[in-house]
Amino acid sequence: MAESAVQLTGVTKRFGDLVAVDNIDLDISDGEFFSLLGPSGCGKTTTLRMIAGFEYPTSGSIKIHGREVGLEPPDVRPVNTVFQSYALFPHMNVRENVGFGLLMKKVESSEIAKRVERALDMVQLGRRADALPEQLSGGQQQRVALARALVNEPEVLLLDEPLGALDLKLRQAMQIELKELQERVGITFIYVTHDQEEALTMSDRLGVMHDGSLLQVGTPEDIYEHPRSRFVADFIGEINLLDGTVGSDGTVVLKGGYVLPLDHQIGAGAAVNVALRPEQLHLVLADDSDLIPPNASRLVGTVGRRVYFGESYYYEVTSEAGALDVRQENRPGLTLFEPGQRVAVHWDPSAAAMLEE
Amino acid sequence: MRFGIRPGSTLERAMAGNAWFVYAFFYAPIITLVIFSFNASSRVGIWGGLSTTWYANIFRNPEVWDALKNSLVVAAVSTVVSTIIGTAAALAIDRYRFRGDRALDGILYLPIIIPDVTMAVMMLLFFARIFAFVDSFGPRLSLGLGTIALSHIAFNISFVAVVVRARLGQLDRSLEEAARDLYAGPWETFRRVTLPLIMPGVLGGALLALTLSLDDVVVTAFVAGPGSTTLPVYVFGLVRRGVSPEINALSTVMLVASIALVAGSLLVQRGPGRTSELAHEITHE
Repeated sequence: MAESAVQLTGVTKRFGDLVAVDNIDLDISDGEFFSLLGPSGCGKTTTLRMIAGFEYPTSGSIKIHGREVGLEPPDVRPVNTVFQSYALFPHMNVRENVGFGLLMKKVESSEIAKRVERALDMVQLGRRADALPEQLSGGQQQRVALARALVNEPEVLLLDEPLGALDLKLRQAMQIELKELQERVGITFIYVTHDQEEALTMSDRLGVMHDGSLLQVGTPEDIYEHPRSRFVADFIGEINLLDGTVGSDGTVVLKGGYVLPLDHQIGAGAAVNVALRPEQLHLVLADDSDLIPPNASRLVGTVGRRVYFGESYYYEVTSEAGALDVRQENRPGLTLFEPGQRVAVHWDPSAAAMLEE
Repeated sequence: MRFGIRPGSTLERAMAGNAWFVYAFFYAPIITLVIFSFNASSRVGIWGGLSTTWYANIFRNPEVWDALKNSLVVAAVSTVVSTIIGTAAALAIDRYRFRGDRALDGILYLPIIIPDVTMAVMMLLFFARIFAFVDSFGPRLSLGLGTIALSHIAFNISFVAVVVRARLGQLDRSLEEAARDLYAGPWETFRRVTLPLIMPGVLGGALLALTLSLDDVVVTAFVAGPGSTTLPVYVFGLVRRGVSPEINALSTVMLVASIALVAGSLLVQRGPGRTSELAHEITHE
């Protein structure tokens, strides 16, 4: 594993009685695109602000490339921030905004001019160097904010929901652009977002936060396919959750008597949620259940509603074990099911995650 | 945009008429004053032809020049001092949580609310007590320009602080965080980001302080000593001896000066307000 760029150990932040960040441990590698994902108020922005130096941790240690910075003011930390509101200085033009950090670092003025020009070219804004921020569109302001941070060649770039204010099309274009930029400059990015799609598509790894705690850290595939808690499963993507109880012989028993193999060791008698992604489920008519692969897990239900999404069909299936959403990819020759039909829902056992309450 | 008023209706004409009435109400006395300041006759209210005698008279009058000089000195000192203290107070209340900050917030508005006369008596009493105390150690303090300036500072701080606070309230705090993030220390952040952005408020507050100081009669009359008359107090003294064409001329001069002042300050506030120094530092090679 690469050298760690940012290391949080036992970091806690309290505002009066409120625990905003609760004893977080996190190790972010050099050159990594790391996202902190969670709903608003989960503590992700506070965590980012502690790394930037705008808040000081109540307890715990923050290290950047091995150096303890937890109690240093922001102006001496080797990190730069892209703010949610961009925070461009309204009384300075684009060139002055981008050059501000270098000027404060007392870089020679000819060198500043050169680096500012290069940074503006990098975000394709070389022609707008003399414009004031208010004369730029939202997307252009976003690029200036990015250039203003990157021109300083920080060891770590912190981004606080930087695409939140942009419309959908622009946001998607900027996601790709940001990811490419990060790969090109090779700087560690820490990206705070509440948008799970953004986190999944851009990150090398991500951490899911809830109520001040870091619930799970892993690659996007890891988090999506192997959520370790009900919150993570529910927050990322769509998911079906079925109530079950752990049996004595390494199985989970659902309502209606369905028995599934257990995916990891859990003590007998424990209540679990069985998490199933809609796209991992398959449908056949109940009469054709001999078509189901022999080792697949299955249950029988009735088709409720069918919803057409263009690239897919959604079925609401009710069964004794609970309601399930099933996604069927729209392909030529697809068999459609009608409301009221008896169907068997089946899936590969590895697609199910057993989540302890 | 008009809501519910038909164009050309009686109501619309009545509204337009009202606007003209209000303007007439404001400006008729001023125009009268200006016209009669050029009146050749010394009898008030009787037109005796055009003349600039009264202007010549006041410019030759050393008392007027002394009063004007006093007014300008007091206004300059009290504006500069109250702008600095008022801005600092606004920043402190806006930024820092300290014991009694809410109480201070309330108290700050007090000089705006209390009547001039109360303020004047208060200041006079205060100076009398302080002088009695200090004089017991030897020095002989007396009322004069110093006490006038101090009194003006006392009421101007509130006005400056209120105006600056309004501006600070609109300031996006992440701008200051961005400056800190970009390696600016606390002082550089204040100098290059906070101050330029609240500057319209600071200038507005300073202008208000300047105007209030130049206008003040009541407080000044109470705390002025012999020989330390300001222009408004001088005019007030003249009026008590009867309205003369000289007062008209003097008032017209003050009027023109005030208008010039306001126009100038608007021009300053509307200007680009850019940190050209910064532009120079970055673009200079």
